[in-house]
Amino acid sequence: MNAWLILAQHSGLILRGLLVTAEITVISAVLALLLGLFLFQLRLRFPLISPLVRGFIDLMRCTPFLIFLYLVYYALPGWGIELDAFNAGILALTLYNAAYFTELFSAAWAQFPREPVEAGLAFGFHGFGLFRRIILRPLIGIALPSLGNQTIQIIKDSAFLVIVTVQELTYAANEIQATYYIPFASFVVAALLYWGLCLIVEAGVRRSLRRSAQML
Amino acid sequence: MDWSDFSQLLAGFWVTIGVSLAAVCIGVPCGLGLALIRWRKIPGLDGMVATLVSFLRAIPSVTLILLVYFAFPGIGLSLNRMEAAIFVLAVGTMAFDCEIWRGALIAFPRDQLDAAIACGMPRGLRFRRIVLPQITRACLPALMNEISLVIKVSPAVAVIGLVDTTRAATRIGADTYEPLKAFLASFVLYAVLIAAILAAQRLVARRIGAPA
Repeated sequence: MNAWLILAQHSGLILRGLLVTAEITVISAVLALLLGLFLFQLRLRFPLISPLVRGFIDLMRCTPFLIFLYLVYYALPGWGIELDAFNAGILALTLYNAAYFTELFSAAWAQFPREPVEAGLAFGFHGFGLFRRIILRPLIGIALPSLGNQTIQIIKDSAFLVIVTVQELTYAANEIQATYYIPFASFVVAALLYWGLCLIVEAGVRRSLRRSAQML
Repeated sequence: MDWSDFSQLLAGFWVTIGVSLAAVCIGVPCGLGLALIRWRKIPGLDGMVATLVSFLRAIPSVTLILLVYFAFPGIGLSLNRMEAAIFVLAVGTMAFDCEIWRGALIAFPRDQLDAAIACGMPRGLRFRRIVLPQITRACLPALMNEISLVIKVSPAVAVIGLVDTTRAATRIGADTYEPLKAFLASFVLYAVLIAAILAAQRLVARRIGAPA
């Protein structure tokens, strides 16, 4: 019983950890989404670069995130780039997930109907304008459920950042358990908060799906 | 990195493979059990399983392994590092396996079940002879993909000090002051293993062919 009381007294620490996890997730999800869209475009339009993008995606798909994080964390100083743990973590999460997002966009593109594209071309849209005004929204609509799942994966992978001492949710829970020996209470609360974050993402995806269904 | 470092890394690699395989061997049948509970819509249990799966799919393996290793002794369940690692990876993959099995069960054609009932097959026989072989076939590529996912989260077990590939690389990095080389070597090991599994998965998917 006491453990929950101690935890309640230090709820500020846990909340700060939760905020850091949310911040990491939002920043890297947005950056990975943009980079993923960019790589998807590269792959679609430049046949010469396309195998490079393909290779990058395959490499990321065969690498555990923690190993990639370690590589980014230890390789950057060698190239003269000094990043703190937080930024290195964001960079690793962004690059890693951009590969997966690119793959998801390609999968959505494979089932994208040809008619709107043809119609857009007939109305004189082309290049980036065609992509931005005609393709982008429905493409994201098709990819939305899998994009949501990948965002949940980002939330889960962000817990690995505790290992390079980023002070996120798992770090906060671990600090409290190490100081007050209340492992059960602190980790259960952390786990429930992660669950909450994932449920928020799922609810967001469901809502946007409903809305885009109404628009049609 | 010299030869003795590399053999340490290989020893860790076997731990990675062993722990992941054990987790999959436990997780896949347990996932099938959970999927069957949801398929039969057993009142009460159905909702509980749905909640459990949603929870397990959301919680990071790092957090879960810290919870299991540090907190379970407090409720009278002491697991050593190896057991805790297998438990956490198994429970994690079980939730995803449940969803894979459930998808196949939902897609299973109703008329085949009706035909089996009409032939007088009892429930157990119906499941064993009619349903199981077909959903196993349908699920095989997705389940193989799950194996690669288990290996990808398996470095999480390094946080409690189990010497898998990742932990071995950390140690070698600390000993030789060359962490980058150690992690590059472990990266190659993981990448080759996962690429092999994914190649096998594609082969199986092609053999099975497009779903009829």
